[in-house]
Amino acid sequence: MGEKRFMKGNEAIAEAAVRAGCRFFAGYPITPQNEIPEYLSRRLPEVGGAYVQGESEVASVNMVYGAAAMGTRSMTSSSGPGISLKAEGISYLAAAMLPAVIVNISRGGPGLGSIQPAQSDYLQATKALGHGGFHAMVFAPNSAQEAADIMYAAWDYAERDRNPVLVLMDGCLGNIMEAVDLPPMREIKPEDAPEWSLSRRNGRDYQGNITPIYTEPILEGINAMAGEMYKAWEEDDVKVEEFMVEDAEYIIVAYGIASRVSKEAVLNLREKGFKVGLIRPITLYPFPKKSIRNLDYDRVKGIIDIEMTIPAQMREDIELQVMGRCPVYEYGRSGGCLLDDDGVYDAIYEIITGGDR
Amino acid sequence: MAVYKRPELIADAPSGYCPGCLHSLATKLVAEAIEELGQADNALNVISVGCSALNILYWSGDFLSVAHGRAPAAATGIKRTNPERLVFAYQGDGDLAAIGLAEIMSAANRGENFTVVFANNQTYGMTGGQMAPTTLIGQKTTTTVYGRDPQTTGYPMKMCELISTLEAPVYVARFALNSPKGVNDARKGLKKAFRLQMEGKGFTFIELLTNCPTNWKMTPLQTLEYMNTNTIPYFKPGVYKDKEAQA
Repeated sequence: MGEKRFMKGNEAIAEAAVRAGCRFFAGYPITPQNEIPEYLSRRLPEVGGAYVQGESEVASVNMVYGAAAMGTRSMTSSSGPGISLKAEGISYLAAAMLPAVIVNISRGGPGLGSIQPAQSDYLQATKALGHGGFHAMVFAPNSAQEAADIMYAAWDYAERDRNPVLVLMDGCLGNIMEAVDLPPMREIKPEDAPEWSLSRRNGRDYQGNITPIYTEPILEGINAMAGEMYKAWEEDDVKVEEFMVEDAEYIIVAYGIASRVSKEAVLNLREKGFKVGLIRPITLYPFPKKSIRNLDYDRVKGIIDIEMTIPAQMREDIELQVMGRCPVYEYGRSGGCLLDDDGVYDAIYEIITGGDR
Repeated sequence: MAVYKRPELIADAPSGYCPGCLHSLATKLVAEAIEELGQADNALNVISVGCSALNILYWSGDFLSVAHGRAPAAATGIKRTNPERLVFAYQGDGDLAAIGLAEIMSAANRGENFTVVFANNQTYGMTGGQMAPTTLIGQKTTTTVYGRDPQTTGYPMKMCELISTLEAPVYVARFALNSPKGVNDARKGLKKAFRLQMEGKGFTFIELLTNCPTNWKMTPLQTLEYMNTNTIPYFKPGVYKDKEAQA
């Protein structure tokens, strides 16, 4: 690995993007993700890349659409209200089969909501990032290090699939500082521009065109191909952390910041003799279905969904795998109020000692 | 000896534009200007939404089809990462002066080094003739059946005038395609805009006044006359900004 630095989650995302070969960023200021555009506004020109502060989130994602069409590794970042505005462009990226990375450093919602951290964009991220029924792979890191590692790999997935990738991380993780082992700088030459791109730096001497609009039978075929791709993700690309699950009678399911608080609670409850474990989805889409579906429900007495949003949004994905074989509980904080160790510990303790939530 | 022929950038296919529509003439003028500059292989057409999107069927050079109103944003992403290319957006009036107003004004204000060709026919042609931001006062459309009333819908937007107030643009001009002189002026204007872009001078904007026989509910000849008596007096052709001439 390269070098170790003490940096904010947002900065880790930005630096890892540059090292992954990202050479175009467009975005619009919104809290709590401002460190990403600020960092890239000075960093990208150092490596021959371009930074544009767009007039809106709508314009910014369409700038990314243009840059991505040229085969340039491109990204934008925002938070919930801005991701809603980017929905148009993300849908067009999927339609035009363009790879790009979108980062959502999430905050309280709906609406302008709150500028404080929350995990209120799960459903938007996993079910409907835009109109037209498409999906993007959704990664949910729970540390600055993991955020850097995921950003470093994000374009590999995006280019493999010719599809946008979403990184969803709450404002807490975006702003806490941690030590990050940064990956080495990856050099991508202009002549390496993909064959499908509109670049001519790769020597292409025939017409290139990219559109987000198709004749009906072709669109139907493209929809079906996307469906096959989503199925392949479930087989090949699920990332999940299972912690003390083997003998656990109660399983917590949590991602991002909620998983860190939950892990602490698991350790404390284990000390008291309670058999508790944690399943942490790292990919929210594809969802780690098998980790939950294949649990031994003769042993498991309950699943506890812990999220920093009320009501819990991941619950239906969990219930679809539990299939009624044990109760599913939920606990959360919301609106920008943070989960804390005591609150999560108490909630789990209450549930496993016979309370109901 | 000059040979009159189909530009290589226009596919040898029947036109999807309605009979008498000046869009096909506008597209041809763009193609000819690019070819005369020897930029056919280097040009990249950013195709917008509306009748302009029919370019998808005819444009034989590189193109990227984009969301409604966002062509200047997409063109920004293209040109910032591939500055050697000749990049132009081809937009209609609904696309550019309504849903894409933020994108066109901001790209012009940043002085992005590409060209926007603006086909102004004062209506939403593709969707069936609704009122556009450029529809003339009193002009009848499917959403202003008694004629556009400024009391409730405001006045037609003058984009050349607006854009020429900005510091960054280097060449802003409007031409009417309803006369041989207008066509010749447009040809020169387009060529100048593309040349300035390839010299790295900055943002160039060409507005082409066109027609819509289908939705204006006129014969093609009547539309050309209507443009003389109604369109041109309001949207006055001319060069609104020319930094090169000022220098």
